[in-house]
Amino acid sequence: MEMVVLRAGAFFAALVLAVVACALSVDWAFGVHMAICALAAGIGLIATLRGTNVDAISRGILRSPDQGKYDDEIIRWGVIATVFWGMAGFLAGLYIALELSFPALNLGFEYINFGRLRPLHTSAVIFAFGGNALIATSFYVVQRTCRARLAFPGLARFVFWGYQLFIVLAATGYLMGVTQGKEYAEPEWYVDLWLTIVWVSYLAVFVGTILKRSEPHIYVANWFYLSFILTVAMLHLVNNAAIPVSFFGSRSIPLAGGVQSALIQWWYGHNAVGFFLTAGFLGMMYYFVPKQAERPVYSYRLSIIHFWALIFLYIWAGPHHLHYTALPDWAQTLGMVFSIMLWMPSWGGMINGLMTLNGAWDKLRTDPIMRMFVMSLAFYGMSTFEGPMMSIKTVNSLSHYTDWTIGHVHSGALGWNGMVTFGSLYYLTPRLWNRPRLYSLRMVGWHFWLATLGIVFYAASMWVAGVTQGLMWREYGPDGYLVNSFAETVAAVHPMYVLRAFGGLLYLSGATIMTYNITRTILGHALRDETPLGETPFNPAKDVPLKPASAL
Amino acid sequence: MNAASTYNTLRALADSWGLAVMALVFLVLCLWPFRPGARAEASEAANSIFEDENDGE
Repeated sequence: MEMVVLRAGAFFAALVLAVVACALSVDWAFGVHMAICALAAGIGLIATLRGTNVDAISRGILRSPDQGKYDDEIIRWGVIATVFWGMAGFLAGLYIALELSFPALNLGFEYINFGRLRPLHTSAVIFAFGGNALIATSFYVVQRTCRARLAFPGLARFVFWGYQLFIVLAATGYLMGVTQGKEYAEPEWYVDLWLTIVWVSYLAVFVGTILKRSEPHIYVANWFYLSFILTVAMLHLVNNAAIPVSFFGSRSIPLAGGVQSALIQWWYGHNAVGFFLTAGFLGMMYYFVPKQAERPVYSYRLSIIHFWALIFLYIWAGPHHLHYTALPDWAQTLGMVFSIMLWMPSWGGMINGLMTLNGAWDKLRTDPIMRMFVMSLAFYGMSTFEGPMMSIKTVNSLSHYTDWTIGHVHSGALGWNGMVTFGSLYYLTPRLWNRPRLYSLRMVGWHFWLATLGIVFYAASMWVAGVTQGLMWREYGPDGYLVNSFAETVAAVHPMYVLRAFGGLLYLSGATIMTYNITRTILGHALRDETPLGETPFNPAKDVPLKPASAL
Repeated sequence: MNAASTYNTLRALADSWGLAVMALVFLVLCLWPFRPGARAEASEAANSIFEDENDGE
């Protein structure tokens, strides 16, 4: 009873605060955001006061099987959220790719112009799709590898729903033009504060579960997850240090300025890649790849070297985003050297993942989920080779500010992060809903090929566009003037932009098939009637020894 | 201590003892799983995710 009063009191206080802040807001966007917060607090308050058994309702909605040894309810929500935000993020990406090809699609409407939809796309795919995948899989993996139920189940639910509120505030903010102008850290100060609360709770749930484990060793996947959670907390706090212009407004001034601010931003930005998109997803890789292959990771000791090398090297690589800028030359060189050194642990990790299939490569013929994981590792290897190469100053002088960078990011994000997430979702869904298998394995094959082909179109067209731009921008005539105007370089890459959008369409189509497949798996529909992948063709007539020559 | 001398102190630390300590810690952490007798532990840890085949069902 006391707990109910306490929780209702907290929700009521949050509601009152949000309403007051809404009334006092100095700008329109802040008012809208406080109204969203008030709505969220109101829902929480009503649910608490009516004594609603939220978990029972949730199990009803999700058609969850009976509770097992582990606390999986929030992971089921995480799977659904990952699929949903993935579709939203891919769709936004396709739309802005089309906007770049055909600017008329801006429709003269400020809310959907490229500048506002672009952070919506990046945040939706990285933080909403990737973030939900990381939260869901980390909660799944940490329970299994520690053989312990989630610590603080209430807090774990808060982490999930609090994170969704963060996503909604960030996304609506971008559409209304609220941004602090820092790449991958666009949300303003009050959204940053909210994310800090959610993230610290996430850390508490994760560490709490590790502490109550009944398995003596902490499996290496958890090392990667923990480093991801801790480092993102540190990066987020330092990069978002800012003073709000008004406590009731959506504007703030960053504490650092000039080149210091730029360095902090790219220290954050590159480690968001290193720890959010690499370390966290490697946690997924080191659990789901061995599980799906049904054999232990190729070398456990290599995975530990992989871990420490990533931790010690990644954190210094950020300055390669600021080559040929006001940043001191030694800092640029430092960033470049550490980026090149990163090649070794990255490839060590890729080889470790791929060699897990050593002696079981035939699984690729019959298991399309394994195919996803292998393609993901291949793209991990390709983009961690391309990245160090692009960080070399001479290469960077050609590639910087061009679409080559965009292509590189997408071969990493669509190939490595996307594929490993799809594979994990396909692994998780039948297990979380207690189904014999996915609704359709053939559809996973379709998804695999559409996604792969989409990435090929995307990366190849952006290489051509990037090198074209780089060469045209640096071309001097005999009189010492630049030969090409900027508009001419835009016109030159237009066909590549259209091809890129086509690649995005293929990737989105693949994801649509996944959404259909996973939805039908969750709903428990009868398995699709399809030719099995693992058929062994056998012709007894041909299975006879050759006649010896002497018999002729 | 003004900003310039703070910078110089940290800079000197970073390319001498700081660098040596970081490099040493890194090497020890990487070599730790290769100490005698660690092979069995590593293989046990690698197989720990298969011990309970029912997990996740």
